[in-house]
Amino acid sequence: MALRGNLRDFTITQLFNLINLARKTGVLTIDRKRKQAKIYFKEGKLVCALVDGHDMGLANMLHRAGKISEEESRIIQSRAETHTEKELGLLLINAGYVTQSDIVESVRSHTLDVVYLTFNWTDGSFLFEPNKLPADGAITVPINLENIIMEGSRRVKEHEMLRDELPDLDVALRFTERPHAKLRDINLSVEEWRVISFINPRNSIKRVAQANSMNDFRIRKIVYGLLSAGLVQLVLPEGAKRVPTLPEGVSAPPPVKRGLIMRLIDRVKRI
Amino acid sequence: MQTVKVVVTGPFSSGKTEFISSISEIDVVSTERKITDDSREVKAETTVAMDFGRITVDEELVLYLFGTPGQKRFDFMWEILSEGMLGFVVLADAARPETFREARMIIDRFRRYSPSPYVIAANKQDHGDAWPPEDLRIALKIAPHVKVLPCVATDRESVKNVLLELLYSILDTIQGE
Repeated sequence: MALRGNLRDFTITQLFNLINLARKTGVLTIDRKRKQAKIYFKEGKLVCALVDGHDMGLANMLHRAGKISEEESRIIQSRAETHTEKELGLLLINAGYVTQSDIVESVRSHTLDVVYLTFNWTDGSFLFEPNKLPADGAITVPINLENIIMEGSRRVKEHEMLRDELPDLDVALRFTERPHAKLRDINLSVEEWRVISFINPRNSIKRVAQANSMNDFRIRKIVYGLLSAGLVQLVLPEGAKRVPTLPEGVSAPPPVKRGLIMRLIDRVKRI
Repeated sequence: MQTVKVVVTGPFSSGKTEFISSISEIDVVSTERKITDDSREVKAETTVAMDFGRITVDEELVLYLFGTPGQKRFDFMWEILSEGMLGFVVLADAARPETFREARMIIDRFRRYSPSPYVIAANKQDHGDAWPPEDLRIALKIAPHVKVLPCVATDRESVKNVLLELLYSILDTIQGE
């Protein structure tokens, strides 16, 4: 089933988070004004990205990454028009121009550049089509999304949006239990690591901020990034009441007996 | 006779009226509530339409279904409607992601009003553009223990399933105490 919407309502980092957590395979197409981006995923990892105006062949990618000279790039392009990217890559490796890791690094760098470009897009329609992958001859480099989401979150500027996402700093955090998450492979800043080291259901976010001399905006930004990457989740601080304090004037739910609920269940089943 | 209440809420046009209509034994009544100030003197009458349905269990027990007003200007009614409810259903229009933020806001508001159990109904699953429940769960950041259910509000069996799952959640809460 295709997912579609607009970036006004669902940001790119939120989309990446969904694709990551659900380990989706397919292509995310984003149309914005006169530009289109196609971002491919396989089992929740980024594998390829193309955007109008930034598409370049393998030779250009290698040149941009400093692996080959401009002249070499021109020669390769003129002679390799009938080859797929994979075929071209093999030819270049066999000819000694580059190594396999040069190609992987260049493609990875280009893919990330394209993706980070789209993080500035706050408007535009998106469509995720499952099970669509790049053309057979394309070179794909699987990239974990957690770091990309963290970086995307770092680029989020709106203070108001952060307040929206995290209105209450009296809640605590704990690490998620995700078998696919590899904390070792995740790159965090010094500040982010400091926050990570304080994560404990006993510590509210406010307390963590105070311990690290961070203001509300800074701690929100860091926690939002960790939440978006699926590394942590919100919990009530330990020692807090399980049942939240009811505001004045709002009555508690009626005391309910099991028998009453069973009667309701039986009745609804007979509808 | 004992009466119990379930609230059906969600963003504007998410299918609340259809949901209640599908399962109510009476035609869904749009009730007009007169709003008064704290002193209960009617100073300036303001009326608001709400959906109201009923399921009679037996001579001694009746379940009422209240649909919250869809228009944002009547959101002050939510707190009033949540008083004494057994639980609530949040209907999300799964085919309109532009409403997800509002659905999230509604969930947070109702959770502050009451600790009652709730379920999320990912409505309009018969639409080609509808997000599946598992994707909606991630989009709305719903905790793992909260049920996110497929729903077609015009389909009685689908609505029954949602209501039953809410009742099971309420039962779990009682048995857990």
